[in-house]
Amino acid sequence: MLSTICAFINAAIVQSIPLLFGSIGEIFTEKSGNLNLGIPGIMYMGGISGIIGGYLYEKSADDPVPLLLVLIPLISSLLGSTLLALIYSFLTVTLRANQNVTGLALTTFGIGIGNFFGGSLLSLFGETGSISLIKTGICYKTPLPFYGKLGLFGETFLSFGFLVYLAIAIALISSFVLNRTRVGLNLRAVGENPATADAAGISVTKYKYLATCIGGAIAGLGGLYFVMDYTSGAWTNNGFGDRGWLAVAIVIFAIWKPKSAILSSFLFGGLYIICVYIPGLSSSAKEIIKMLPYLVTIFVLIIISIRQKKENQPPASLGLSYFREDR
Amino acid sequence: MNNNAKKTAHEPFLHITKRGDISTAGAWSVRLIAIAVSLLVSAVVVVLLTGYNPVQVFKAMFSGNFGSLSKVRTLFQNIAMLLCISLAVTPAFKMKFWNLGAEGQVLVGGLASAACMFYLKDSLPNILLILIMFVASILSGIIWGLIPAVFKAKWNANETLFTLMMNYVAIQLVSFFIMLWVPSGSSVMGLINASTKAGWLPNLFGQKYLINILIVAVLTVVMYFYLKSSKQGYEIAVVGESSNTAKYIGINVKKVIVRTMTISGGLCGLAGFLLVSGTNHTVTKDLAGGMGFTAVMVSWLAKFNPAVMVLTSFLIVFLQRGAGEIATVCRLNESVSDILTGIIIFFIIGSEFFINYKINFKSKHKEEK
Repeated sequence: MLSTICAFINAAIVQSIPLLFGSIGEIFTEKSGNLNLGIPGIMYMGGISGIIGGYLYEKSADDPVPLLLVLIPLISSLLGSTLLALIYSFLTVTLRANQNVTGLALTTFGIGIGNFFGGSLLSLFGETGSISLIKTGICYKTPLPFYGKLGLFGETFLSFGFLVYLAIAIALISSFVLNRTRVGLNLRAVGENPATADAAGISVTKYKYLATCIGGAIAGLGGLYFVMDYTSGAWTNNGFGDRGWLAVAIVIFAIWKPKSAILSSFLFGGLYIICVYIPGLSSSAKEIIKMLPYLVTIFVLIIISIRQKKENQPPASLGLSYFREDR
Repeated sequence: MNNNAKKTAHEPFLHITKRGDISTAGAWSVRLIAIAVSLLVSAVVVVLLTGYNPVQVFKAMFSGNFGSLSKVRTLFQNIAMLLCISLAVTPAFKMKFWNLGAEGQVLVGGLASAACMFYLKDSLPNILLILIMFVASILSGIIWGLIPAVFKAKWNANETLFTLMMNYVAIQLVSFFIMLWVPSGSSVMGLINASTKAGWLPNLFGQKYLINILIVAVLTVVMYFYLKSSKQGYEIAVVGESSNTAKYIGINVKKVIVRTMTISGGLCGLAGFLLVSGTNHTVTKDLAGGMGFTAVMVSWLAKFNPAVMVLTSFLIVFLQRGAGEIATVCRLNESVSDILTGIIIFFIIGSEFFINYKINFKSKHKEEK
């Protein structure tokens, strides 16, 4: 029984990490007033960019160095997802395009790129079969060296690759930056009321660009974690599924707080796989359980709008473009 | 614009002002230029990826769309469905209610139709069954659209996120019923009533999909005049421009929101009915296939004008089917169509900036003074 529970916790943590990266990225972005619905696309992009980087390196090097096997996909993933976030920022901040339409187009675009290169990368290089970067996958899955000595605790909480700890670290750092630093204060001001922030001498454009791009890069890591660690370096088209939207849901569920996002991701990750661990569940009931994350998100959304507590609201200018002369 | 402004005393190089006076012709020429540039960029992308020359690419795209009678039929069917969903979301968007839940509203509509087909089988005359399916679909679409609308009207809940979440509830609901209906536990539901064809829309003049296309054509005309000439259409426009103005002139904003989302959800439900009864004769969780999201872009690209939407939905469907053909010919992944759709939308969205704003360069700006 205990081992089942531990296995479940372990699996839930694994499931929660892409969601955590995605939701932290989206929280950052939304704090600047940009509702980036392109996050699912960006996460695909982060995954496939990592795959492309890793593939090219594994192909070119006879004897790949483990450090580079980690760094090259990591950097290419960051570049890929930042590029998409940059497109979004340019269109919505500089050109003041509608955020919803831009975001949805970005999601179409990002998923398109992911599936296209995922499905055609090998045939573009004249190979057949499916992508599988075994060496890179092993490097990403390398756990902490001492976890084996800690028994069940080590198995449950410490048997992960480094990206898991990075995700939690990023969440804690984000919380600190947003709530305890001048930069975070300015960023929140931009998201709440850009006109006031502008009048106070804060560069609205700079903050929106930076928050969106950093947020995009963080979210992209979720895609990277999924392809390198979760699937051990293999790509399946649409394998990432709707996790990107689940990440957007977590942002609401965690009421725009990075620390709560850690627990929310764990909860949603657990709900994602709990049906495997409940014995005797019919397949139709499983589908209802998968509905729960979205239902509770809707519930939270309703509650925060009815209670109207100031500290639990979305950023006030969420979804709106800012033009100084519009006032 | 402040990012170009140096923090020194001299004047910025660029100065951007809003313009309210661009002519319709001017606006459309900007958009056409944007489409032309985006097509050029897409062509470069496709040529780079496939190594074909542009003429071959265009030929492949053309034959993918118009190559045979059945291809033309599917082309028009796809346009009709995308157009139907775009028309459905348009009144809501015009009111600045971001209904991103079309996907879910279509799904529950389709699910209702499928449920009627599954449970009633051929126990009723076909015409009666189809009528029941029609009503059930529209009602379910309305319910799915009304839930977020009521919370928006009453407590100002964020409708973008709310409708988005409703999509996934709908997807799981469909999966649930498929699991319930398919005894083998397979997640694929075959054709419903394949032998009796009960609840299948008949072929008109021997043509598949013709009824779908005609219904959507009528709907386009009705929606055009509803938005342009009716009192309700006017109220929608006022609420969209400024809900405060609407309040001051005595429009009941909450009522307009609820009424408009009833229409929006109902039409999405209708699309679900057409997809199940008139097209697929079964239900899958990919029934709407992302069209609920594509419709957002189609409607927005057309500036919420139903007549223009015919063109924008044609453009998107043409591209997707054409790119699909290229992918088949070159043995590449069909997702190339999503990449192209993305590129084209980026350009058109970007071009709106040049319609709404004027860029004054430094020298010119001084002369004006």
